[in-house]
Amino acid sequence: MRSRRLAMASGLVVGLFVLGVIGRLVPTYYTGLMTEALILGMFAVSLNLLLGHTGLPSLGHAAYFGVAGYTTAILTVRMGQSVWVSAAAGIVASLIMAAIFGLLVLRTSGVYFMMITLALAQVLWGIAFGWRSVTGGDDGLPGLARPDLSPVVPWSLVSPANFFVAVLIVFVLVMTAMFLVVHSPFGYTLRGIRESEARMDCLGYHVWLHKYVAVLIAGGVAGIAGILFVYYHGFVSPAELSLVQSAEGLLMVIVGGAGTLFGPVLGSVVVVFLRNLISGYTERWLMVLGLIYLLVVICAPDGILGSLRARFRGLFDQEAEA
Amino acid sequence: MEFWIVQILNGISLGMLLFLLAAGLSLVFGLMRIVNLTHGSFYLLGAYVGFTVIGRTGSFFLALVVVPLGVAGLGLLMHRFLLRRFQGAELAQVLLTFGALFILADVSLWSWGGYSQVLAKPEFLSGSFTIGTIVYPAYRIFVIVTGVIIALLFWYVLERTTLGNMVRAGVDDEEMVRGLGINTPRLFTAVFGLGAFLAALSGIIGGPLVGAYPGADFDVLLLALVVVIIGGLGSIGGAFVGSLVVGLIDTFGRALVPELAMFTVFAPMAVILALRPRGLFGKV
Repeated sequence: MRSRRLAMASGLVVGLFVLGVIGRLVPTYYTGLMTEALILGMFAVSLNLLLGHTGLPSLGHAAYFGVAGYTTAILTVRMGQSVWVSAAAGIVASLIMAAIFGLLVLRTSGVYFMMITLALAQVLWGIAFGWRSVTGGDDGLPGLARPDLSPVVPWSLVSPANFFVAVLIVFVLVMTAMFLVVHSPFGYTLRGIRESEARMDCLGYHVWLHKYVAVLIAGGVAGIAGILFVYYHGFVSPAELSLVQSAEGLLMVIVGGAGTLFGPVLGSVVVVFLRNLISGYTERWLMVLGLIYLLVVICAPDGILGSLRARFRGLFDQEAEA
Repeated sequence: MEFWIVQILNGISLGMLLFLLAAGLSLVFGLMRIVNLTHGSFYLLGAYVGFTVIGRTGSFFLALVVVPLGVAGLGLLMHRFLLRRFQGAELAQVLLTFGALFILADVSLWSWGGYSQVLAKPEFLSGSFTIGTIVYPAYRIFVIVTGVIIALLFWYVLERTTLGNMVRAGVDDEEMVRGLGINTPRLFTAVFGLGAFLAALSGIIGGPLVGAYPGADFDVLLLALVVVIIGGLGSIGGAFVGSLVVGLIDTFGRALVPELAMFTVFAPMAVILALRPRGLFGKV
């Protein structure tokens, strides 16, 4: 068991190193796509902690993503703060938002939970849209350069290849942390809550607190993704807070397989590359995306990894509950 | 003084428009637990098709009758062939309605372009009433009257007919109603169609005021959602009160503090959520 984990870990390290090298060799366009897929993958992974592991179907996860993005962008562009201050403030902002929203949304469950998360995220969208003097309104807030980390670390992220490597490093850290969370007693408790809240309550677990902490972790990770996303595009707009963003995260989670660790990342890769592929052929990407939503729900509700797992149940048994 | 009276009338007319929108959303939610994200698209489709019908035939009232029926048909098909298979699977249904939202948004963009269209008012409602020193557009009065009539109809059907009994019982306990031998899947499809009908109707009635533009589906969905959350999910009375509250707050918000317009609508919703998560009239 231990040696198998070790083999998997070293395989992962080699794979990531190869990915980093590939990021430098392929044309910039593909480096960009890979960067975006990793960032949105982190967003989807954080949503999956709520949806797949805890059974909380959030329709407003973009709130944390966008709040962190806006905080970072406003501090950098309007107040001239350094990347370190701005990014730290962004993460703190998403955590505060998760702490407030968590109090409100966890009073409900099921379909009410969906509606209220959706409504709260739309509140933020409305503020970003309307409060022009701070957020730039509909036009968004442009002019965010990819950062130079130089006073602290002598490394500039201005080139797309370097930025990709930086995102890759953050990605590895986030995925490691998520792996640990998901495999900890805390993670098992979350899945217990997903299966039966009443049972976990009877067993003496503090259900609300576990859910609240899950919301905080998910919010913080979504915030990290949001900050990277803003630096990647050099631009922040209300779209980042929108229902479309939240639903795209859901799509990624479900395409990949809810409740799996790497499924949402796979989902993100599929969605990002498909979008760029199809946009090249037709202007009707929105319609194709709509059809994808329908097809995924009708044909593959367990997602790619979920379906594979069902097929090779025997092979993956050891990791199946992860 | 005149400012206040006019603004209050504006608020009420917006409230009535919101009621037409939110009633369907609330009923669909209350009865079958579907967060219908396509609701705004039905509004948009109603407004756009209404625009074309009025342009071709010149008759506002023809559009008012025919278009909502057509959109209701679309809603019936959507529920019968997509949503019904996933009854009880809440997330699956939300994603289906979201997919339909994208498809309808793109169809609208394709067919009517990215322009903002305002529907022509019917001839005899394009004037205005004068009472004392106050001049008020007749069309807004028409909106208020229509809203009140629909609300009364709703009240009558829900409280005084067998169909209404079935719907109300379904909101309270769907399983029990099914156990009594009522064909709930068919009832659900019918109510979903009714929701689409009302959304399209409000698209045409709201067309001369709000208009149809890409993104209206999201804006409208959002306002209806706020109304339903304030009023209480599944409660028509709640939708009525919530609509008036949101209509008045939004109107005064835009008039007094324009930059925080969105926020003035959402702030009361947040307060309600914190104090009564199921809304003013929702069952706790």
